[in-house]
Amino acid sequence: MDAETMTAPDLSRLARQRKRAAWAFLAPMLIVLAAVAAWPLARTIWFGFTDASLDQLGNAQWVGFQNYLHWFDYGNGQGEWEGVLADPRWWRSVWNTIWFAGLSVSIETVFGLVIALVLHRSFPGRGLVRAAILIPWAIPTIVSAKMWAWMLHDQFGIVNDMLMRVGLIDSAIAWTATPGTAMFAIVAVDVWKTTPFMALLILAALQMVPDDIYEAARMDGVPAFRLFRKVTLPLILPGLLVAVVFRTLDALRVFDLIYVLTPNTDATRSMSIYARENLFDYDKFAYGSAASTLLFFVIALITITFIRVTRMNLERED
Amino acid sequence: MARLKTYGFYLLVAVIVLQAVFPFYYAILTSLETGQAIFDINYLPAALDWSNYRSMLSSGVFGRQFLNSAVTASAVVVLSLVLATTAAYALARIRFRGRGLLLLTILSVSMFPQIAVLAGLFELIRAFGLFNSLWALVFSYMIFTLPFTVWVLTTFMRKLPVEIEEAAIMDGASALTIIWRVFLPLMWPAMVTTGLLAFIHAWNEFLFALTFLSTDTQRTVPVAIAMISGRSEFEIPWGNIMAASVVVTLPLVVLVLIFQRKIVSGLTAGAVKG
Amino acid sequence: MTQYLKSLAGAALVSLAAFSVQAETLNIVHGAVGMDDEILRRQLDAFEAATGHTVNIVSMPESTTDQFSQYKLWLSAQSSDIDVYRLDVIWAPQISEHFVDMNEAVEDIRDQFVPSALDAQTVDGKLVAMPMFMGAPALYYRADLLEKHGKSVPTTWEELTATAAEVMEAERAEGNGDMWGFVFQGAAYEGLTCNAMEWVGAMGGGMIVGEDGSVGINNPQAAAAIDLAASWVGSIAPSGVLNYKEEDARGTFQSGNAVFMRNWNYAYALVTGDDSPVKDAVEVAPLPGGPGGAVATLGGAALGVSAYSEHPEVAIELVKFLVNFENQKMRAIDTSRPATITAIYDDAEVAEKMPFIPLWKPVLDGTTPRPAFSTKRKYNEVSAEFWTAVHNTMSGNGTAESNLAALEARLTRLKGDAW
Repeated sequence: MDAETMTAPDLSRLARQRKRAAWAFLAPMLIVLAAVAAWPLARTIWFGFTDASLDQLGNAQWVGFQNYLHWFDYGNGQGEWEGVLADPRWWRSVWNTIWFAGLSVSIETVFGLVIALVLHRSFPGRGLVRAAILIPWAIPTIVSAKMWAWMLHDQFGIVNDMLMRVGLIDSAIAWTATPGTAMFAIVAVDVWKTTPFMALLILAALQMVPDDIYEAARMDGVPAFRLFRKVTLPLILPGLLVAVVFRTLDALRVFDLIYVLTPNTDATRSMSIYARENLFDYDKFAYGSAASTLLFFVIALITITFIRVTRMNLERED
Repeated sequence: MARLKTYGFYLLVAVIVLQAVFPFYYAILTSLETGQAIFDINYLPAALDWSNYRSMLSSGVFGRQFLNSAVTASAVVVLSLVLATTAAYALARIRFRGRGLLLLTILSVSMFPQIAVLAGLFELIRAFGLFNSLWALVFSYMIFTLPFTVWVLTTFMRKLPVEIEEAAIMDGASALTIIWRVFLPLMWPAMVTTGLLAFIHAWNEFLFALTFLSTDTQRTVPVAIAMISGRSEFEIPWGNIMAASVVVTLPLVVLVLIFQRKIVSGLTAGAVKG
Repeated sequence: MTQYLKSLAGAALVSLAAFSVQAETLNIVHGAVGMDDEILRRQLDAFEAATGHTVNIVSMPESTTDQFSQYKLWLSAQSSDIDVYRLDVIWAPQISEHFVDMNEAVEDIRDQFVPSALDAQTVDGKLVAMPMFMGAPALYYRADLLEKHGKSVPTTWEELTATAAEVMEAERAEGNGDMWGFVFQGAAYEGLTCNAMEWVGAMGGGMIVGEDGSVGINNPQAAAAIDLAASWVGSIAPSGVLNYKEEDARGTFQSGNAVFMRNWNYAYALVTGDDSPVKDAVEVAPLPGGPGGAVATLGGAALGVSAYSEHPEVAIELVKFLVNFENQKMRAIDTSRPATITAIYDDAEVAEKMPFIPLWKPVLDGTTPRPAFSTKRKYNEVSAEFWTAVHNTMSGNGTAESNLAALEARLTRLKGDAW
C-alpha cells in the first residue's frame, strides 16, 4: 500500500495524529529538563541581577546590571568601571577557555577519528583493544587529574623520568607549575581522557554506514584515502559533528581538571573556575551568578556560530 | 608493501593501546606500593603489597558505596534512554513546527556550567525532600545525560531510511509500536553507545554527589575516593587512591567488553562483522 | 584506655544530670579523615556511652575550599541536618551569624584555653566556635647536612638563602644531583598566603591588611621579601615549587632531596616516621626571622554549633566534651595535634609519648593570625589577591614592586568604604 491509494483526509488525519503523538513523546523529557535544568538556570540568572550572598540567598535584592557593569564613583569626580565585564581577569579566563577548548577538541577529533577507523577494521583481539581505549574515559575525572598530577610531578613524576631517559629533555620540567607549560599539560590530559568519547561516537557512526557502499567502491578500485574523503566522511559527518558539539560544550565548561591539576593562576583560569571562585570562595554569589550567565551566553554564541558555519541540519529538509 | 602496511597497522594499534593503558598500569603499580616506596620511580612492579586493597575493602562501607554508584548509574541510563528514545523519535521522524528550535533549547541545557546550577538545584532537591537520597542524583544527572542522548539518538534515527517505517504507518501501527518494533532493533549500536557513555558519566560524577548526599552509606564511589586520605589533612595516600580507582574502573572495562558486541553489530541486520 | 573511658564516663554522667535526659541524634561534620576520624569516632563512642545520645559523623573531602562552599550551602538553607561543624581557624568572621554564641556555655572552662585561640574565634564579642586544636609551621632541616658542611641553623631568611645554596652546591658537587636547598608551599592557594605572610612579616613588611583595616602591603620591605622568595625559584628551590602544596614539599624533603623545608606540625610525625629515609637526620626550628621578628602563621580548627540545630544544648555539651582536657590530650598523643588547652604542653605523659608537642609551644606562642578579622567576609578574596601577586612575581610575571602596587589598588577597591 502506498500514499497514492490513500485519500487526502486520511493523510491529514494521520499527520495530526502523529503531531499529537510527537508532543506526547516529548512531554516527559521536557518536564524533567524543565525541573532539573530550566529552573536552576532561571534562579542563577535572577541572582545575577541581585546582591545575593551565598549564606543569605533569601534576602536577595534586585540591583539591575550592577554585577555586570557599573560606574564606581570615588566621590571626587573620578571613578572607574566595575563588574564582570570590566574585569580583565574575566576576559583572560574567556580567552583561556576558548584556547583550551579549540586546541583540545581539534586534537581529540583527529585522534578519535584515527582510533575509530582502526577499530572499525577487524583484527584479532579487537574487543580487548576497544575495551582498553575506553579506560581513560572510565576513570573518574577527579582521580585522573590526581593521577596525572602525580605523573607530571617535577621530582617524582614518571613523565620527566621517561623523557630524560629517552634524551628528549636534559633536566626535569615543572609541567604544571610553569605558566608556559601548564596549559599544554591540561590540554594533554584532557585529550588523553576524552579522546575515547570521540572515538566511540565516531565508531558508532561508522558502524551505521552500510557495508555495500564500501564493496561497490572497492570493486571500482577507488583509493582508500579518496574513499574516506568522498564516501565515509560525508556519511559519518552528522554523527561526527554532534560529537564535536558536545565535546566543545564540555570543554568550554572545563572545571575539575584545571581545579585539581594546576594552580589557579591567571595563566590557566577558565570561565567555570572564575565563576566558582566568586560563587563559593568569595562572598560574591551574585557576581559569580552574573559570570555564570555570561559564560552561558559565550558558550551559546560559540555553539550557534558553529552550527551555522557547519550548516548542521536541525530540521532535516529532505 | 602489503606486509609493511600490516606491520604499520599493528604498530598503530600498539601505540593506541599503550597510551590509553599506561597511566592506568602506572596507577596499578602505585597502588601496590606503600609508604616511601611511592616516591621512587619504577616501570615494573617492585613489590606486591596488597595492603592498600585490603584496607579499602575492609572499611565496610565501600561495598555499599559501590552498589550506590551501580544503582544510580543504571537508573540514569534506563531513565534517560526511555525518555530520550521516545523524544528522539518525535524529533527525528515526525514533522512539526519548531523542531529545530526545540533541539537548540535542549542543547542549551548543556551550556550551563554545573557549578552555576548547584545552588538552584540544591534548593529544589531540598524542596522535593530528596536530599540525601539516590533519587536526587538520578534526577540531577538528567542535566547532562538527557541533552546528549536526545541529540545523538535523534541524529542516528534521522539517518534511517523513510521506507522502514512507512509500511508500519500504513498498517496503522501506533507510534509506540513503531519505536519498539521497527526502530529499537536497528538502533542498538547507538543506544548501547549512548547508554554506556551516560553510565560512565553518572558513574564518575563528583560535584552533585558530594553536595546532595550527606551520609557515608548513601555516597557514591568518586566521592568516597575523594574522602580517602592519609593520617593528616595534607597527606595524600596515593596507594589507597590508586587502589580504589582500579577497583572502580574495572567494572566499566567489563561492561565495555560485554556490550562491545552490540556496538559492533552494524546497521544492516544480519551483517556480522568482527 | 579503659581507665580513660571510665573517667570520661564519670565526668559526663555528672553533666548529664544537668541536661535533658532524652536521647537525641546529632550530626557532626568533621571535614577530616584518616586518623582524625578514627580518634573522633572513639571519642564520640565515649560520649554516646555516657549520655545515651547518638552522634553521626558526616564526612567531607579534605580540601577546605570544598568544605567551605558546602557549609555555606547548608547554612544558607538553614539546614538542621548538621548540628556541629568543624571550622577552619580563619572562617569564623565569614560565617559567624549562623552559629550559636558559646560565651555563656563555656564561662566555667574559658581560663584553661590559650587566649589567642579563643580570640581567633571571637567575632564582635560572640564566641563562634571552640578551638579544637592549633597548627603552626616550622623550619624542618637536615641536621646531618648542616653539621657535615659546618653550618648553623639560619635565623633570618637571607641566612637561609645563603646556607641552602652553599649546602646544596656542596652536595651536588659530591654527586647528589637531585639535591635542593629549600622547599615550601608555592602553589597559588591559601598555603602561599601563609608562606608569604611569614617572609613579608619577618622582613618588616607588615600585614597584608592591618588590624585597623588599612592596606599597607605596598612597601619596599614587602617587595624585598617577595623578591628574595622569587630568587629561590629555580635556584635553591625547584621551579616546580610554584605548584607545591604541603605534600609535595614533604615528598621532596622526606626523600632526602632538600636541606630545608617550611611545613606545618603534621609533617613531623611523618618525616620522623619509621619508613622515612631521613628520620634520624631531621630536626625542627622556629621559622627564620628578620627586622620584623619571626612570623609563623596560625592554623588549626574549631567546633561550632549551628544556629539551626534542633538540639543546641546537647550539641554544646558535645563540643565541650570534645575540647576537654582528656580528649585534647588524646589527640595530642595520637594525631600530634597541638592542643588549645595550656596545661597539655606541660603534661608529662604528652611530653613522653609525643616529645615534639612541648617543643611546639614557643612556636605557637609566637603565631600570627591571618587578617581574617580585619577583612571580614572578604578574607578569601583578599587572600587570593595576595597569593596571586606573590605567585606572579615568583613565576617571573612582573616585579614585586609593580605587582604589589597593583595589589594595593585591587585591595583598596575591594575594601570600598570599609571591609
